[in-house]
Amino acid sequence: MKILSKIGIYFLMLKSVFGKFTKWKILKQLILKDIDTLIIGSLGIVSFISFFVGGVVAIQTALNLENPLLPKNLIGFATRQSVILEFAPTFISIIMAGKVGSYITSSIGTMRVTEQIDALEVMGINTYNYLIFPKIVALSLYPLIISLSMFLGIFGGYIACVYGGFSSSTEFIEGIQTDFIPFHVTYAFIKTFFFSFILATIPSYHGYFMTGGALEVGKASTVSFVWTSVAIILVNYLITQLILA
Amino acid sequence: MIEVENITKSFDGTQVLKGISTVFEKGKTNLIIGQSGSGKTVFLKCLLGLFQADSGKILFEGKRLKKMNLKERTILRQEMGMVFQGSALFDSMTVEENIMFPMQMFTQKGDEEIRDRVNSVIKRVNLINANDKLPDEISGGMKKRVAIARAIVMNPKYLFCDEPNSGLDPKTAIIIDNLIKEITEEYNITTVINTHDMNSVMEIGEKIVFLKNGLKAWEGTKKDIFNTDNEAVTNFVYSSDLFKKVREVYLKDDQTGTTSA
Repeated sequence: MKILSKIGIYFLMLKSVFGKFTKWKILKQLILKDIDTLIIGSLGIVSFISFFVGGVVAIQTALNLENPLLPKNLIGFATRQSVILEFAPTFISIIMAGKVGSYITSSIGTMRVTEQIDALEVMGINTYNYLIFPKIVALSLYPLIISLSMFLGIFGGYIACVYGGFSSSTEFIEGIQTDFIPFHVTYAFIKTFFFSFILATIPSYHGYFMTGGALEVGKASTVSFVWTSVAIILVNYLITQLILA
Repeated sequence: MIEVENITKSFDGTQVLKGISTVFEKGKTNLIIGQSGSGKTVFLKCLLGLFQADSGKILFEGKRLKKMNLKERTILRQEMGMVFQGSALFDSMTVEENIMFPMQMFTQKGDEEIRDRVNSVIKRVNLINANDKLPDEISGGMKKRVAIARAIVMNPKYLFCDEPNSGLDPKTAIIIDNLIKEITEEYNITTVINTHDMNSVMEIGEKIVFLKNGLKAWEGTKKDIFNTDNEAVTNFVYSSDLFKKVREVYLKDDQTGTTSA
């Protein structure tokens, strides 16, 4: 029953986020700040991981193609499919749950512990809107990160494959183009849209409603990561079932 | 003026406030004192509307807090200033931005006008060369000054302070106490201070409400506190030898007619 109560509080929180709006002049600054922290600040780690994991996917596929009858362009094909369908939208979102989610929980949690949220409430500010709405807007740019991740993942695969001597450049590019279904990219972006909302709101919930001190901020960040990941995996399953099955 | 009538508040079946009634007058420093766990903070948060009392009435200039609509409540909140125990400064903003924040949020004034008002408040609380510093870069006493400046920048009708002296050295604590008292008189506001600092009681306590186990055990002025025979108050206020001695001297002088309090 406790979990149902928490889910209820989460949805009431979402309702309040879209309640009384903060003055646009202030909100604009908060959104730009959150874009800088949550989106721009994540480009480095996402690029690094995407490039090297894309490379590893290509190498793993190449090493498992033992049958000489299988064409080498399968490496490019498998890399593209893995990166676009799952690695970029889902795997990167789990990583972002750790990076961005923990940041959101700890920053809001610290504001709770140090009574900054109480100070905002005393002033008559809708703290849900002030704290959470800018994060939702900032993370609406999250699909840009995923686009970059898709590109770098496939590019990493290409570099690893060609310079590792597993296939020629032509074969890899031919593989990338084989049986390409543009809707798969749309599917990936639909998932990403839902994930971005989860990434903004679940960590915010854990930060906003935490109680205790500094130690509890750390605990809340961990719990937030776990639940954000669980929600991403479940939503991933549901969307895949609804769209692709 | 704030009137409180018989308010109660419980958490998970534990009654923290058991029916408190009192009046906080305008232009006076009203102190709520009591041991840790006596319900002071919960009481203050009920006054602020951060907690909703289970029963009873809280009236601001005769208007009941619970019956106020959203617009009235928003206006009331803009008439309130609060100094939190840990100052609660926004750590991503500079001192100047912290003080500016309520004005930027709730007024249509231009940047220059806001800056003028902020500078006058900064001057009033004697904050020197701190405008561009972040809260982490200033001392505890300065943080309190910034918190007071932020609380009064909108010309509030009500000023609430939760343990304004906690973590400060005795000298700075007295300076902060006196600053709050001066501001209360200067702006003619209703100030409610939550404290267990006996120095504050002796320095600025114009009206003192003593809470014990969620009940109002005593109320009076700082003069009354010397003469009271309420055991709960004397045990709390005169728990240190220093204050016992102060009381003895006061009462002795009072009998001989030499007290000037």
